Amino acid sequence: MTEIAPSVYLDHAATTSMWPEAVEVMQQEFLRTGNPSSLHEAGRRARRVVEESRELIAERLGARPSEVVFCSGGTEANNLAIKGLYWARRSANPLRNRVLFSSIEHHALLDPVTWLAAHEQARIDVTPVDQQGRIRLDALSEAIDSNPADVAAITTMWANNEMGTIQPVREVVELARAHQIPVHSDAVQAAGYLELDFAGTGLDAMTVTAHKLGGPVGVGALVIRRELDATPLLHGGGQERDLRSGTVGAALVAGFATALDLTVQHQSESGPRIEALRDRLVRGIERVVPEAIINGDPETGPGHRLPNIAHVTFPGCEGDALLMLLDAQGVQVSTGSACQAGVPQPSHVLLAMGFGDAAARGSLRFSLGHTSTAADVDRLLELLPAVCERARAAGLVRSRTS
Amino acid sequence: MRVIAAMSGGVDSAVAAARAVEAGHEVTGVHLALSRNPKSYRTGARGCCSIEDAGDARRAADAIGIPFFVWDMSDEFADEVVDDFIAEYTAGRTPNPCLRCNEKIKFAAVLDRALALGFDGVVTGHYARLVENDGVVEMHRAEDHGKDQSYVLGVLTQDQLRRSLFPLGDDPKTTVRAEAAQRGLQVANKPDSHDICFISDGDNAGWLEDKLGAQPGPIVDETGAEVGSHTGAFAFTIGQRRGLRLGVPADDGKPRYVLDIEPVTRTVTVGPRERLAISRIEAIKPLWCGEAPTTELDCTVQLRAHGSEHRARVTVDGDQVIVELHDPAEGIAPGQACVIYDRTRVVGSATIARTAWVEPVGSAN
Repeated sequence: MTEIAPSVYLDHAATTSMWPEAVEVMQQEFLRTGNPSSLHEAGRRARRVVEESRELIAERLGARPSEVVFCSGGTEANNLAIKGLYWARRSANPLRNRVLFSSIEHHALLDPVTWLAAHEQARIDVTPVDQQGRIRLDALSEAIDSNPADVAAITTMWANNEMGTIQPVREVVELARAHQIPVHSDAVQAAGYLELDFAGTGLDAMTVTAHKLGGPVGVGALVIRRELDATPLLHGGGQERDLRSGTVGAALVAGFATALDLTVQHQSESGPRIEALRDRLVRGIERVVPEAIINGDPETGPGHRLPNIAHVTFPGCEGDALLMLLDAQGVQVSTGSACQAGVPQPSHVLLAMGFGDAAARGSLRFSLGHTSTAADVDRLLELLPAVCERARAAGLVRSRTS
Repeated sequence: MRVIAAMSGGVDSAVAAARAVEAGHEVTGVHLALSRNPKSYRTGARGCCSIEDAGDARRAADAIGIPFFVWDMSDEFADEVVDDFIAEYTAGRTPNPCLRCNEKIKFAAVLDRALALGFDGVVTGHYARLVENDGVVEMHRAEDHGKDQSYVLGVLTQDQLRRSLFPLGDDPKTTVRAEAAQRGLQVANKPDSHDICFISDGDNAGWLEDKLGAQPGPIVDETGAEVGSHTGAFAFTIGQRRGLRLGVPADDGKPRYVLDIEPVTRTVTVGPRERLAISRIEAIKPLWCGEAPTTELDCTVQLRAHGSEHRARVTVDGDQVIVELHDPAEGIAPGQACVIYDRTRVVGSATIARTAWVEPVGSAN
């Protein structure tokens, strides 16, 4: 690069900037010695940090402290939830071998569930979603009713990571409660932007991770009801009520707790501010690239959509070309899709929502966060028309050669 | 220039990208995903399409400090290179897929996409030299003749050459490896890749039989007498000696070679080595690096990858190129490229269509 372009980060759903307070807390903690499982003074001190963090996190999530099981992050929490519930429920009753999940789950759930099907004789039932990316309760209800006795667990994400569509978690719990089927929800994307009330929703298990809300990468939690049996993935020292062995990182959980606390404290102010930025972004895109299509639920707020995510299709363009061209100008966005061998694949979420292959490949996810500014949005809007024009030209070359 | 560096994950393309950055170009690394079902790990010295190779390329780009992306060219590669490879063998010819890939993918589909995205050209780790002479970009053999890859680049036209950078053409491979190590590139000691990248075990005949099924036919000698059988004529190449598994030994007890492959009747003809000699080649579909020659050329030709040079008289007649060799050559297979050189300069290339024995022009002198 000959000139240094201002860096604009619009990928907060991938990971967001850390709260400086969380960094500070962690720095102090990293400089102290002590294993929270040790019995001596240093251990007691570390344990106090861990338990105070646990209490704060529980309070902020509407859960009891003993329900917070620390682990390495969202992927591990999801694996522990779905495999742990499946194994425990099936071992209590071998007939329970069916897992119900939605077609728009993150790979961190989709893959463990398909693994259970491939290796643990699980039968899986995929619940379809509507065009906005919201799970169809009628279909879920039908799937449960086909044989409620054989369902091991139901999992449905709280808010989708590509569209931001908020799922009817309470209603899912309602459907399951009649048959005492445990329900897990992946709340990784929701936790930074919605008030989560674990007890209030009646969920049995819920995944959160620190780095999506301004905490460190490498720590998260599975919030899981005390009464619920789950089989651990990791065996060892018996930490985290035997559900997750391994030394708990006091600095990590302290950073996690600080970040969650700040996030919740600022939510009433930052939510509307971020929503206003998203509105500026979406209106701006409609203005500068009139053919662009804004996807997902147009309405914001609980029951609709997260305030920070905008998902947009740019007809005739390839998402990865757009991404590359914006990146070259210092603007960082996501195609929202998973890569296989580094090759962008059309997202299973978009395909499940009824997108065609081209539209699925020609979309970008813009996600805002607590550090986003109007200048970030304006820089994107300034670059977008020329970038789209180039990407369209590249799309034409491609359709000629292939 | 704003260029993309095609990065295979090997040492050459990594050093080429680093040199392009140092030369002041604005470089973006691109790894081409060519396989529809990439393997996780590289096996031996074959291929460049495993996920591990993509990771090596990414690591090199990070170390050089350039943006890096993977471009999925697997559909284009399947259509233009793999399908063509199968079709050529089916027709009894011996294709060169590397040449084809350069012609249709690296310096065509990839370059076109790069240009559309606002880049000016492509830099690769090929060993060849580009020299600008009087407004024309000439391609010459690399300084390191052992590594020279101008043969597989012989299909590039002037437009493509103007958009290309080959920063390694002046150096021997050992220098390039040493430089990679000095630059801290992890790929410095990675083995070179050989063979055909999409045939991971190197068993071309087995791969073709998987794709095409068994297509048995006879192996006959020059008199037409059946001396063996095969499960697919596509497994053979003109000049091949090994793997014939003939039931009937030759009268003179000498080894026999594949002389001809007739795809319709699937007849493979074998005979003594002397019969492999040819001295006249008709080649088609010429591609010229600059202007097409208008007069008879006294030049040299290379008739296969890593093959030797042959002195020749070349006459161009529209889409047909007649090559008369000074001295006979052996084992020249239709389908291979005849690349024409004026000393070290690549003039152009054409695909060998037919070969024949006539009194070589050299013997008349």
